Amino acid sequence: MALTKKEVEALAHLARLNLTGEELERFGGQLEAILGYVERLNGLDLSGVEPTTHVQPVTDRVREDRPEQGLTPADVAANAADFKAGSVRVPKILEESDE
Amino acid sequence: MSTEHALLTAHEASALLAAGKLSSAELVGSVLSRIGRLEPKVHAFIKVTPEAAMEKAHESDRRRAAGKSRGPLDGVPIALKDNLCTKGVETTCASRILKGFIPPYDATVVRRLDEAGAVAVGKANMDEFAFGSSTENSAFGPSRNPWDLSRVPGGSSGGSAAAVAADFCLGALGSDTGGSIRQPAALTGTVGLKPTYGRVSRYGLVAFASSLDQIGPLAKDVTDAALIQEAIEGFDGKDSTSVKLSGPPLTQALGKPVKGMKFGVAKEWLDPGLDAGVRASFDGACSSLARLGLERVEVSIPRQEYALPVYYLVGPAEASSNLARFDGVRYGPRAPGANIIEMYKKTRSEGFGAEAKRRIILGTFVLSAGYYDAYYLRALKARTALRQDFQDALAKCDFLLSPATPTPAFRIGEKADDPLAMYLSDIYTVSVNLVGLPALVLPCAFSREGLPIGVQLIGKAFDEATLFSAAHAYEREAGLAGRKPKLDG
Repeated sequence: MALTKKEVEALAHLARLNLTGEELERFGGQLEAILGYVERLNGLDLSGVEPTTHVQPVTDRVREDRPEQGLTPADVAANAADFKAGSVRVPKILEESDE
Repeated sequence: MSTEHALLTAHEASALLAAGKLSSAELVGSVLSRIGRLEPKVHAFIKVTPEAAMEKAHESDRRRAAGKSRGPLDGVPIALKDNLCTKGVETTCASRILKGFIPPYDATVVRRLDEAGAVAVGKANMDEFAFGSSTENSAFGPSRNPWDLSRVPGGSSGGSAAAVAADFCLGALGSDTGGSIRQPAALTGTVGLKPTYGRVSRYGLVAFASSLDQIGPLAKDVTDAALIQEAIEGFDGKDSTSVKLSGPPLTQALGKPVKGMKFGVAKEWLDPGLDAGVRASFDGACSSLARLGLERVEVSIPRQEYALPVYYLVGPAEASSNLARFDGVRYGPRAPGANIIEMYKKTRSEGFGAEAKRRIILGTFVLSAGYYDAYYLRALKARTALRQDFQDALAKCDFLLSPATPTPAFRIGEKADDPLAMYLSDIYTVSVNLVGLPALVLPCAFSREGLPIGVQLIGKAFDEATLFSAAHAYEREAGLAGRKPKLDG
């Protein structure tokens, strides 16, 4: 399946990536080749087959609702680029909703 | 300082340590000295931690002197893949986006090895976020295969494998999502195990594909692999996918009789186009097993050819989701931006390498509305079909035997510009992760150019014991353990 430059750009935006013009071309071509390869899955008859998201039949693993020692604010502050007054600070969040 | 102690296996060193003929300080010192001399040629590590290692070595010696040795790994130097969180020690996943990240906690496997007394000597190089089969995708330079420094050690646990093969440690931890322990093991002549999904806690492993990832050992021989695996495995409340294990310790499987065991060979694995040297070595392995009294059973994995396409849909999909957290907010370098979206985009674009970006975009694509059913959902259904095929095949035998890789180690740069060609080197390994079964790779032969060739044993779920029994017997028969690359001079 061929991906247009615009489609790759749209995907990059969804993935929060800036791609250069050169990257858009290069990735577009490489992705096309990879998708072309994975499309051989279309040859498989999968009617009536349930999807597997997980190899184990384990769901809803819960533990006792007991407080445990977790990370401290100091732990978090140590790795955050901008930490002030107990919060991680970030640049302004857009007011309009994203496309 | 003599470096010969670095050439020991973990179990040999353990015996000497227990007998008081060797101290951990001497052993770790020997390893560090060897690293000092030869690491520039190999680049197995992103970071070596010599002071911390020597401190742990002295602690081990003091424990032993007080009669409080913690077991076979006490005082033994090991390397940790750099996607395993190590408290207080930078953990980068070989990516610029985590440069400077100092985890505030240890991964469970790291803690367990520490509790066993093992001495971490450094963080091993890898493909960035485990995306790759050559370690060329590391943001900090590739690792080199100790058997031929112009060739790759495989990936993504290439640094761990190179460190073991070069005797820079007596064992290592790697992670395997599509072959990332087993393929480097095959290319470096070491032993690698991908445990059954759920057998080893993933807490503290930076996730690539959460339904595929498993941590496992890379070792100089089968016995060492069993020792390390025993130390790290087991239920962990911090990993909701970890499983309570039952049964005797794995090391008890070593030396168990194997006569009468059945090994299955799937015809789909023996393509006529397979490299002649690999094919010959595989046939040799089958003959060796027959000589040991095992019976060969012809089986089929009818949908084997779909394993790679399924993997390159499921893997990137899960990866795109897992890598969304790297955004400059809580950890790692942050690029400036006028608003949050700009900050995310700049941070991620500057921080991620090409393969990471490629997989994120591919994953985003297959999960996006309009394409989800055609690609991702189909892949999940094909995964069910593949699991059925493996179950049917394993119903007829005790384990399956396959080549580990389609070729021996390729040259650095040879596949770097062709991602699809690189993906095809995982052809024997990816299906195992998709179906969640255990698989062990060990040396099988050497090519005409003197490069290692491995063979893979695939087992039933949680039946690592059978794999270790068979591999241990085969290793003795093959007589290749102990061969070393020529790194000195």
